[in-house]
Amino acid sequence: MAFDAPEELDAFRTEVRDWLEANCPASMRTPMKDDEVVWGGRREPFKNPDSKVWLERMGEKGWTAPQWPAEYGGGGLNKAQAKVLQEEMRRIKARPPLFSFGLWMFGPALLEFGNDEQKARFIPDIVKGKTRWCQGYSEPGAGSDLAGLQTKCEDKGDHWLINGQKVWTSYADQADWIFSLVRTDTSVKHDGISFLVFDMDTEGVETRPIKLISGSSPFCETFFTDVKVPKDQLVGQLNAGWTIAKRLLQFERSSISAGGFGGTGGSGILPPQEYAKQHVGMDEAGRIADGDLRGRLAEHLMFSKAFGLTVQRSTAEAKAGQEVGHTASILKYAAAKMNQEKSELIVEALGTEGLGWQGDGFADDAKKATRGWLRSKGNSIEGGTSEVNLNVIAKRVLGLREHQ
Amino acid sequence: MRFVLSEDQQMLRDTAMAFARDELPVSHLRGLRDAGANGVDTENRNKLAELGFFGVLIPEEYGGVDMGMVAMGQIMEAQGRTIAATPLLQTAVLGASLIGLGGSEALKGEWLPKLAAGEVTTALALDEGTHHAPLNVATEAERNGQGFTLNGAKRYVSDGHHADAFIVAARSFGEAGQSHGVTLFLVPSDASGLTVQALNTVDSHGAAHLSLEDVNVSEANVIGAVDAGWDVLDAALDRGRIALAAEMLGSAQAAFEMTLEYLQTRKQFGQLIGSFQALQHRAAKMFTALEMTRSCVAAALSAADEQANNLPELASLAKAQASELIHLVSNETVQFHGGIGMTDAHDSGLYMKRARVQEALLGGASFHRDRYARLNGF
Repeated sequence: MAFDAPEELDAFRTEVRDWLEANCPASMRTPMKDDEVVWGGRREPFKNPDSKVWLERMGEKGWTAPQWPAEYGGGGLNKAQAKVLQEEMRRIKARPPLFSFGLWMFGPALLEFGNDEQKARFIPDIVKGKTRWCQGYSEPGAGSDLAGLQTKCEDKGDHWLINGQKVWTSYADQADWIFSLVRTDTSVKHDGISFLVFDMDTEGVETRPIKLISGSSPFCETFFTDVKVPKDQLVGQLNAGWTIAKRLLQFERSSISAGGFGGTGGSGILPPQEYAKQHVGMDEAGRIADGDLRGRLAEHLMFSKAFGLTVQRSTAEAKAGQEVGHTASILKYAAAKMNQEKSELIVEALGTEGLGWQGDGFADDAKKATRGWLRSKGNSIEGGTSEVNLNVIAKRVLGLREHQ
Repeated sequence: MRFVLSEDQQMLRDTAMAFARDELPVSHLRGLRDAGANGVDTENRNKLAELGFFGVLIPEEYGGVDMGMVAMGQIMEAQGRTIAATPLLQTAVLGASLIGLGGSEALKGEWLPKLAAGEVTTALALDEGTHHAPLNVATEAERNGQGFTLNGAKRYVSDGHHADAFIVAARSFGEAGQSHGVTLFLVPSDASGLTVQALNTVDSHGAAHLSLEDVNVSEANVIGAVDAGWDVLDAALDRGRIALAAEMLGSAQAAFEMTLEYLQTRKQFGQLIGSFQALQHRAAKMFTALEMTRSCVAAALSAADEQANNLPELASLAKAQASELIHLVSNETVQFHGGIGMTDAHDSGLYMKRARVQEALLGGASFHRDRYARLNGF
């Protein structure tokens, strides 16, 4: 049934509300703390024990992935029901039980391209947060030109043999499994790529965290030396991995532009105008005293609002069944610009208070903002650089030709 | 907030787009300019009236079709595509809103049916300086026996050179800069003491300076309450700003499409110039700005129909974003076309000229950024 009758939806809302009331622990209704985010998987420490209970209960219902099919452990909800669930969770300020590349990127792609056996094997553990996935895409020689990837995958009869190196693998050192693009034919470019999944504990897999300018290490270098992968872990057809890769990148760009950026978006950091009020001060008319900064703050705030409205519009148009012309690429480009602008404005508004690195001489939120500003520089690089996104808009949306 | 058009709204949009394309192409504006018509186009005013476009914001009991701002926005976007000179912004949006929101029953009964039928056009006479500053009303309104006597001057009144009546903002109390003390008056253009100086403007749409010397207006022609015209004015201005933003979106979209077509046909160095990455990226950025402005305009139009609390914020957002967009796109349109873009024979210059007027009317990007910051408490 495509649409629930209003009374059925009301009954569902009551059911959801009662269930959440009974099952969402009190501490899971408080604002998320950075070190209590649950990514799941074998190494998940569950710093707050309530977060384990919350994930287990939500995972059991399939409500970590509300619209995925119930036969694979998903919630099996339709759009209207999923919206009710989201609204009811927001009403009690429930934390998301799980952050996961499996939920945001790999799962949607596997549901579309995987075979029944693969879906039955991998999807339930993504829903329950038992497996933490990482993405093996970029290589030292294949960044923006992703299809130039060289990680070698040989058919050894009863297994695949992998040799090569990946880089910028998010949280590879904490992941259980990897979904990876590998080269299965060297004579062609896009049509020689395959999509493979394997266990990060397999012999020959090694990860090394990369320290960033912000001081954190969310990314790794990942090395594969004679890694043996069972034959049934190829997703889709041999040499047809690029189609899956592109589809998955759309999921990635959507999830990034929906607010998944690293930077100054985290908890505890105020909007830039608040720092300007504190550190620059206000004039008698109630305006930020530095007129030039004030103008740029307003311009940024308006850009942010325009961005938010564009996300809403593209969602509304998609629901109405209208063609959405590669909005994901537009949003990714705009989101990176917006987030970087915001980070710059925060540090500027903080003045010297925004120049601390560590220790007691600076407020915690100011130090976090400073590191967030540095982290935000990656926003226009990760998940497709802004330049690649502009290429995509120019070619696929505007129909401009390749240079001959 | 609704981002998707209803069937009725979509039909109206289709009609308006076809009308602008067939009856009001850019060549038509060019013809009016070359004939010295200064943007006055009686024939098309009658056709717009036949289509019912003047009555979109007017209730049915006063002869309108009462379809709301989302519908009006589709018409404005359509006329923006061809930078057409029509009295719709002044009459169908500002005039209908000011009289509709603030007029007495008698005023509404007398004027709205005429506006809806396109028999009478109006123009808002507000600004007195060179920049939009709606609170800076200094034109005096002094009580006399039967009503008020107006003295003062108004600058750059859009459609002022051919309007049948003016809605004049004057000060009946207090000083320029204060919202209390502003009163709105409906003044026929043939009123004694009113002088209209027609202006030849860069966009070929024309405008007028007004001077008011001892112009007598009866109490019955006051719109809203005496001294308290500001609320009506402010609400109507926001509708005007949003409608104008919709028009600007249409202009930017059309100029962008013209540029895109040129990128796909013009060859240099044996290549389509659209294959050069330096131009591709600038085109993609324009497209992004267009899409984001479209969201702001759609949100503001919808908020106007829903009478949302954040309407002033969304009106300023739409007008500021549209202002930035129209300059970006119209300037790039000239640059992308190269030498031909500098010629009078090509349309790109007409878009750039109109862009300046569109921005200046009802507050430019700078005015609306300041307002947005104030509305957000900084």
